Amino acid sequence: MPRYFTDEHEWIDIEGDSATVGITDYAQEQLGDIVFVELPDVGAALDKGGDAAVVESVKAASDVYAPITGEVTEGNGALEDEPALVNTSPEEDGWFFRMTIGDTSELEGLMDDKAYKAFIDGL
Amino acid sequence: MNAPNKSGWKPAMTPDNGASAGTGTLTGNRALMLEEPLLFEIGHAETTGVDLELVEAELPNRLGGMERKGSIGLVGLTEPETVRHYTRLSRQNYGIDLGFFPLGSCTMKHNPRLNEKVARMPGFADVHPMAPASTAQGALQVVYELGDWLKKLTGMPAVAMSPKAGAHGELCGILAIRAALTARGDAREVVLCPESAHGTNPATAAFAGYRVEDIPATPEGRVDVDALKARLGPDVAAVMITNPNTCGLFERDFKVIADAVHEAGGFVYCDGANFNAIVGKVRPGDLGVDAMHINLHKTFSTPHGGGGPGSGPVVLSEALAAYAPLPFVRKTGDLYELVEEEDAAAAETSFGRMTAFHGQMGMFTRALTYMLSHGADGLKQVSEDAVLNANYILRSLEDLLHAPYADSGPCMHEALFGDKDFGNGLTTLDLAKALIDEGYHPMTVYFPLVVHGAMLVEPTETESKATIDQFISAFRSVAQRALDGDESMKHAPYYAPRRRLDETQAARKPVLAWEGDRET
Amino acid sequence: MRYLPLTDTDRGDMLERVGASSIDDLFVDVPEAARLDGPIRGLPMHMSEMAVERHMRARSKKNLAAADAPFFLGAGAYRHHVPASVDTIIQRGEFLTAYTPYQPEIAQGTLQMLFEFQTQVARLYGCAVANASMYDGSTACWEAVAMAGRVTRKSRAVLSGALHPHYTEVVKTMAQFTGDTIADSAPTVQPEPDEAGLIARIDDQTSCVVVQYPDILGRVSDLSKVAEAAHEKGALLIAVVTEPVALGAIASPGELGADIVVGEGQSIGVGLQFGGPYLGLFAVRDKKHVRQMPGRLCGETQDAEGKRGYVLTLSTREQHIRREKATSNICTNSGLCALAFTVHMTLLGEKGLRQLAMENHRLACIAADRLAKVPGVEVITRSFFNEFAVKLTGAKGIGARQIVRDLADEGVLAGVSLARLYPGHPELDDALLIAVTETSTEDDIAALAHALQEKLA
Repeated sequence: MPRYFTDEHEWIDIEGDSATVGITDYAQEQLGDIVFVELPDVGAALDKGGDAAVVESVKAASDVYAPITGEVTEGNGALEDEPALVNTSPEEDGWFFRMTIGDTSELEGLMDDKAYKAFIDGL
Repeated sequence: MNAPNKSGWKPAMTPDNGASAGTGTLTGNRALMLEEPLLFEIGHAETTGVDLELVEAELPNRLGGMERKGSIGLVGLTEPETVRHYTRLSRQNYGIDLGFFPLGSCTMKHNPRLNEKVARMPGFADVHPMAPASTAQGALQVVYELGDWLKKLTGMPAVAMSPKAGAHGELCGILAIRAALTARGDAREVVLCPESAHGTNPATAAFAGYRVEDIPATPEGRVDVDALKARLGPDVAAVMITNPNTCGLFERDFKVIADAVHEAGGFVYCDGANFNAIVGKVRPGDLGVDAMHINLHKTFSTPHGGGGPGSGPVVLSEALAAYAPLPFVRKTGDLYELVEEEDAAAAETSFGRMTAFHGQMGMFTRALTYMLSHGADGLKQVSEDAVLNANYILRSLEDLLHAPYADSGPCMHEALFGDKDFGNGLTTLDLAKALIDEGYHPMTVYFPLVVHGAMLVEPTETESKATIDQFISAFRSVAQRALDGDESMKHAPYYAPRRRLDETQAARKPVLAWEGDRET
Repeated sequence: MRYLPLTDTDRGDMLERVGASSIDDLFVDVPEAARLDGPIRGLPMHMSEMAVERHMRARSKKNLAAADAPFFLGAGAYRHHVPASVDTIIQRGEFLTAYTPYQPEIAQGTLQMLFEFQTQVARLYGCAVANASMYDGSTACWEAVAMAGRVTRKSRAVLSGALHPHYTEVVKTMAQFTGDTIADSAPTVQPEPDEAGLIARIDDQTSCVVVQYPDILGRVSDLSKVAEAAHEKGALLIAVVTEPVALGAIASPGELGADIVVGEGQSIGVGLQFGGPYLGLFAVRDKKHVRQMPGRLCGETQDAEGKRGYVLTLSTREQHIRREKATSNICTNSGLCALAFTVHMTLLGEKGLRQLAMENHRLACIAADRLAKVPGVEVITRSFFNEFAVKLTGAKGIGARQIVRDLADEGVLAGVSLARLYPGHPELDDALLIAVTETSTEDDIAALAHALQEKLA
């Protein structure tokens, strides 16, 4: 199950023709305690790089961008009651939404695990 | 007689943790620091503090079968209980009356009590907004005269009095600009704001349907004039600039910028939040402003009241005057009248009505009283003293605290510092909380966004040198502790009515109303 | 100057510390051409406290205070008795001279008060959550329309013809700039509101239906059917309450199915004040809509020692964080007016509010009956709380507006003419709104009836 990263600190897992998106451990650490996540509606059409979700800490609201183009198939309902999952398990239980993969070639521009580590080390 | 506290809640006993004064008490009180339950925990549905002259006769009922059945869920207290409840609550608040309140960008100056007395005169306080004009000539006159003062103080030809607060005034100015552009068939799409702007500026422009773009700043903390000029073009409707700006500096090139904006067919909106620095000293109209709101609760001393009500009249240039909102006061001979929708000529050009009635009369009387008290000479002294106090603070701290724009010239009425070199991960917030323990209301923190860990200190003119000197000593002391990495600051305040509050919990599981009687 | 503590010696010492030779050195960044050579011309110099008071009193005395005349004006602003202790509390410096509670450890007074206020408003409105207040009822009404657009993602608002025309104007003004479509309708002076007509205007594009309760003519009617019709089309029902005292007598909008309830809180604690400052109330029936609300919200939490305390919360909705993506550009609330409201409401309590409401209704019924006996007066509103519409059928050609002016000259403040509220509607020329609160005596009512009788004879 390949995982890719964006320079806006989203991660995306590819499984067949479906992708799962969340924010990275680095991102949640920067944001601090997450108090609310606004997820896209199921069926929403996302454009690569466009607004997809909003993640809020007490004093900040940050947009989460779609890493690729596609349609939302599922939101992580668990985040409604427990936004803290984004802090405790950002890259597993704290996933944001699932989507279709509109254009697999868009994945090519994303970073792999190693490249992302190097990217955040340089920040 | 009241029913006893139904929920059984009482203030928690406070264990002595070594950091707070004294030992735990049975009541949770600490002498003059008194805990107070919620109204709903001490009141009762059958208690009232108002004696109405009730008639015993059978009551008529023409409510159309819509009677309210069941309990509303309200509780009452008798008058002595009410007065005590709120008096106790009041003592958990910091106010200007209590001490120095250097909250940058908010102009926490003394609120003269004559203002309060005047606002309560029955001819102002007890007049209906739609009273026939013949019975409200004095009230209309006050609105008109205050507008006249504002026009003269700003050197502008027109004023809209109805906006209810600063952000509402911004909206008024931007809507007037949009109406003027629409009238000439010019569909511009962009409003430029500096990154250091108050959040209301971009929020207002976005509301009015504009795309907001940042104006770059120079390293010295002012608008980058060349970059701004390069960005101007037929798509730019307006620039919104605060002057003096939120870094505490006067925008030297404001007139140059205004001329360039006008030449490109755009309008100049000035955020007047910082007018206190220049009132009576500089007229924004001489700098090419098209619209500027004036926060009467800042410059003209109407009380902040724990968060409003404010009042935000907007002065307008000739080019925008015709688009001002309805209603407004017109003087013909010795008569004052309210111009409303029925005036076809006014309604034709006005962008419309922003609020049900004609503005914050209770603030108008206070502001006019303040202006009359000071006069043109006193207002000039106001800005001079406000600016002197701020510079005195800046120069008394710049050797110790990072002052990013200390070399950019004199500051105006605010001094800006950053959290550079704080030790052990201490932050601006920690320093602010330590200042609370020293008996001060902290300065504005984390604004403007362009300075890391910003601390914006606005002393105002109504503080004595002794007060400011003591503040400087206290500020130096906490700043030194922050630089030294004094970990104890992470848990300050120690002596306030509450220790640090858990804002994460508040936002994750919002409890926004008392439901103590509904859970069981 | 009595408000400026610095002495000339202080100023000299401070300039020296700053390294400036004169105060003008601190204004060097002001362009030469914009520097003034002295105090601004055309304005007076400073005055003593006594002189200022004299000056302002002269203006105050030119107005006819409501207390000094038989008084029947309403139409969105109502005169009620405010207990003396309300003003005493709001003049406490700790409330009066505090700022927005951004440092909660030293603002628990304001915060707890706001939490209590929010609870009172929510309960009065039959809602789950109320915010910490808005500028006034009319701006709260617009904010509700904007919120309904965010919730439903639709942009056509249907306004009842019986919504206060100034509220309609505010909504239309704002909608010009946001691209919302506002479907309003002309008022008709008849005993019952046109419920069927309103329902017929709701379609699939409708984001919200806005009704006033009691409406501009004082009419009280069941909102349930409109609520149902709105919900069927996926729209929200917004109820606007300009007279909160009414809710001590009639069912709350929340109970009747309104999704957002907004209104003016001025009636309780605030006073007439020639139109402001007033108090915008804003509440939602269902908690799920909280994050789409505009304005400040106070919430409960605890401090580091586990003590209960309050903070401003969910601020990420607001302009200082979300900037151009905020739910509203509002940056304040009407804090001191909220305090006045909450203190007055605490003094009233449920019992006092219900008694106050019944006393208003009783006197309004007496007035309606008394005026119905005046030849040339027809009482139109059948079900009402404390305000009703009459037609001055005997005022051939003069118009209610002129009659109000004439009666004012005789010292009777008779009401608000519909001609004043609805310019350009000559068919409303003979209609007059009459509000009767606990401050009106039976003698006042008799004086009004007498004056009208004389005028219409």
